[in-house]
Amino acid sequence: MVPDIPQGLYYALGAVLFTIGAIGVITRRNAIIIFMCIELMLNAVNLTFIASGNFLNSLDGVVFVFFIMAVAAAEAAVGLAIFVLIFRLKGTINVDDIHLLKG
Amino acid sequence: MIAVGMGFKWFIFIVMAISAIGSALMMATRKNPVHSALWLVVTFFSIAVIYVLLNATFIAVAQVMVYAGAIMMLTLFIIMLIHLEQGPSCLPVKRSFLKLIGGIITLTLLLQIIAGIRFYANVGKKGVYTPEMLASVGNTAAVGSLLYGKYAFVFEIASVLLLLGIVGAVVLARKRKDEEE
Repeated sequence: MVPDIPQGLYYALGAVLFTIGAIGVITRRNAIIIFMCIELMLNAVNLTFIASGNFLNSLDGVVFVFFIMAVAAAEAAVGLAIFVLIFRLKGTINVDDIHLLKG
Repeated sequence: MIAVGMGFKWFIFIVMAISAIGSALMMATRKNPVHSALWLVVTFFSIAVIYVLLNATFIAVAQVMVYAGAIMMLTLFIIMLIHLEQGPSCLPVKRSFLKLIGGIITLTLLLQIIAGIRFYANVGKKGVYTPEMLASVGNTAAVGSLLYGKYAFVFEIASVLLLLGIVGAVVLARKRKDEEE
């Protein structure tokens, strides 16, 4: 008889995905890749929500993930519009070259 | 709901976890942003399959539609719109001491999370939505009654947020009057 998949494995998968996204945000300099890494981190958190909701027999996790998806969609629309504006203004979206606030 | 053996569930979980982690690594390391975006779509699909394993079929479908469909399509569209593929920002990643420090701190946090998982005990109060109950009512029906019942106000706020997102994107991306000539 094979045992059930332990809860910890789902959390570990979420943690690994979140770490990959966080390291991507720290090391990459392309704004769009940083944006995609943030999406990956949001997905890792969603996975953790769904896993705990499933093991607690609750649907609140699913509702939370639904709202996170709504916020991510709004963020994608506005964030990508900002990238287009920055590209028009400076001709690059390398975050090292964008230092308007740096005095 | 189809009854499947636990061994099959393990097989699906391991294959999809490896696929999610592998494509996430590929996403974070590719030079070309288009390749990154396509690898991220693979990650989203793998996570959607894991949602199905966790009895969250509604969220699995929403994941494929919203993330893999809408958000990544928009991202690819923007990448191609501003000709990023051959831009100067595709130079190799500069090695920097600060980045190394940041990576080490993040990995330490990961190890802390893994250590925390090992000592984690699931002591929360169990809810009423057992997998059998979800299978008899239907996952989407149960989520829908929660969304339009207990969480109706939050749902309205989310719709206002999405409307603001649409308006904000249009206002930001529109051409200014003074640069039209």
